[in-house]
Amino acid sequence: MTALTQSQFYQQLKKYYSFYTGGFIAFVIVLAILEQMGLEPKYIGYIFLAATIALYAGIGIMSKTADVSEYYVAGRRVPALFNGMATGADWMSAASFIGMAGTLYLTGYDGLAFIMGWTGGYVLVALFLAPYLRKFGQFTIPDFLGSRYGGNLPRTIGVVAAIICSFVYVVAQIYGVGIITARLTGLEFQIGVFVGLAGILVCSFLGGMRAVTWTQVAQYIILILAYMIPVVWLSINHTGNPIPQIAYGQVLQKVGEKEKEFNNPETTLGAAEASARAAHKAKADALEAKIAALDEAVAAGTGAAFYEAQRAEAGNPADFPANLDALKEQWKKGADGAKKAAGPVAAHAVAFSGKGAEAKLLKENPNATEAEIAAARAEDEKASNEKRRNFIALVLCLMVGTASLPHILMRYYTTPSVREARKSVFWSLFFIFLLYFTAPALAVLVKFDVYTNLVGSSFASLPAWVANWSAVDATLMKIVDVNMDGIVQLAEITIGGDLIVLATPEIAGLPYVISGMVAAGGLAAALSTADGLLLTIANALSHDVYYKMIDPHASTVRRLAISKGLLLVVALVAAYTASLKPGDILFLVGAAFSLAASAFFPALVLGVFWKRANYTGAVVGMLAGLGVCMYYMAMTYPFFGGVPANEWFAIKPIAAGVFGMPIGFLGVIVGSLLTRAPSTEIQQLVDHVRYPSLESDIETRAT
Amino acid sequence: MQLSERHLEYWRKNLRITAILLAIWFVVTFVVIFFAPQLNEIVIMGFPFAFYMGAQGSLIIYVLIIWFYAHRMNQLDKEYGVHEGEE
Repeated sequence: MTALTQSQFYQQLKKYYSFYTGGFIAFVIVLAILEQMGLEPKYIGYIFLAATIALYAGIGIMSKTADVSEYYVAGRRVPALFNGMATGADWMSAASFIGMAGTLYLTGYDGLAFIMGWTGGYVLVALFLAPYLRKFGQFTIPDFLGSRYGGNLPRTIGVVAAIICSFVYVVAQIYGVGIITARLTGLEFQIGVFVGLAGILVCSFLGGMRAVTWTQVAQYIILILAYMIPVVWLSINHTGNPIPQIAYGQVLQKVGEKEKEFNNPETTLGAAEASARAAHKAKADALEAKIAALDEAVAAGTGAAFYEAQRAEAGNPADFPANLDALKEQWKKGADGAKKAAGPVAAHAVAFSGKGAEAKLLKENPNATEAEIAAARAEDEKASNEKRRNFIALVLCLMVGTASLPHILMRYYTTPSVREARKSVFWSLFFIFLLYFTAPALAVLVKFDVYTNLVGSSFASLPAWVANWSAVDATLMKIVDVNMDGIVQLAEITIGGDLIVLATPEIAGLPYVISGMVAAGGLAAALSTADGLLLTIANALSHDVYYKMIDPHASTVRRLAISKGLLLVVALVAAYTASLKPGDILFLVGAAFSLAASAFFPALVLGVFWKRANYTGAVVGMLAGLGVCMYYMAMTYPFFGGVPANEWFAIKPIAAGVFGMPIGFLGVIVGSLLTRAPSTEIQQLVDHVRYPSLESDIETRAT
Repeated sequence: MQLSERHLEYWRKNLRITAILLAIWFVVTFVVIFFAPQLNEIVIMGFPFAFYMGAQGSLIIYVLIIWFYAHRMNQLDKEYGVHEGEE
């Protein structure tokens, strides 16, 4: 293929991938026909898993390479359009594909922080990083830090930060792969993790970036088809309009009207809700009374006897909490859950709703004095302001984090030119945008379905998808007739976020083959992200640590062998970590954005836009940014032994980057100004990076 | 090499384009979020305005910002003779 010109290569790729897309659609149609003829759903799951992984493996093997530049940056000839698709797949993880719509379903407006944060970050990539990194043209992000600031220290800090961010992220991806594989085939989770791992390795092991790029394009096509088809169908069902992104405006209004009805006890629906909520309230009160009794017993020194009595009362079940603390924890969780279910429904589109203190006061005491009302109002306002502050901080961290994550930035090294790199950011965001602006529509459509078709149906004849999913996994779908009236109320339904995307085909009444396709799409999303991340980690170790610092004279063969060996080791360690099912995995993924934003963004951006930035500044800025961010998380997040009371301005630990970033900038600036300006060579390097082409261009491209 | 006056002008123009686009980005992101409760009072085609921006409107503007930047900068490269050769 090397003999082709860039435009012939581009035409050929277009032909291949059009053919591939057609082939995939034909494959789904054939499976649909087989399903009609009686093929069991279980086998459809197996076929999807085997066929897609075999496909990725095929592309991976076809793309094997022994060339360093092919291995690290796909030969730098990936056209903008295809690099955009590959970045889209690289970027959209299992969390985007499966979790996003669910988060929006559960949190309404407040969940939009993720939608805005994970797209708006590309503006920063386009304006501040992609074209300049492409001109610089080496292999990794620490490469840039190393050359721009000189010395091994900035490079080393870059390597450490890249590994921290990418590793927690890749563990979450492999975890997702395990869950999807288990669901698709019925295998155990731990086995699913390692089957998925095989799928990840076949893509990246032989061909590095080159293989990952071409499989990611293939994975993008599968994941976007799998996401769109059920949503379009659902939209036609509910609105008659096949463009869900436009149609859901009317649906959103109806959802809002329903929400008002649910919260108004004078309507029929509202009265039924009120009775279900009262049942939850009674349960919460009962549990709180029990907790009080427990505390009293502990204070009186009769805790052990109290525990035994409770255990006996419950009939000595095997899953009874192991000790008093666990028992209290369980009760507290139950009471909190019941209290939440007893509260009013939060309106979907309302931004930063307060605590509802004023409404509650007026309901309980219609003759409240002016002063009491004012106090309740102030409380609401405080809660609302805190939400707004956290929303803004989170959006900022996610955006800057996006523009700092090495596995994304690395992709812009692979385009043929600066011009193509700029276009490629456009295509990247365009392809990501397709999914992200559909997710809010999906959340609203499913909500409408739940509000109209599920609420008010009788427990004797639940819709099939409800019965199926509550049987599969109670954390995804739980429905209990708490007020015993035989009719489903909204307060009686508990939905887990991941359900929304997974169950959409069934809600829309589509055949099982579409469910299989959605699972394959989720798998593609998780695998593609995991590939990009693993490669980032292995490259940082093999290229930056081994080749640049330990043995700069290593032969090509040796460098690639080391790279592949490390890839295997990192993959196994990550899979092992994922198989332990570490808790708080979602928090860790969010934390990766704050960490990346604090560590990389100031040094990268100032490296291009401020010639005066120097070695000392970079070291101080990166260490201070990373340090402040980690310190804040350690102080405020319970997983690390922190307490929420330590929060500054009530900012949640996930948005710690909002403190790390400014400190990082300050560190680079102060550190640079206190020491000498960088050498002429380095200033020339900055000029070199700023202009796509200069007569005096120095060769910085790595070999 | 000493950069010519034209080179410096190219860089100044680049900075200006970057600053303007960044300002638009800031407005459609943070200003809209800050005034979300008030903006939500405006309803267009069933969408409260701030909700619409967060779910779709701002995203569309992000895509356009990046498209414009790529287009304008690739043009500017040619105007100032700093573009790359055809590959």
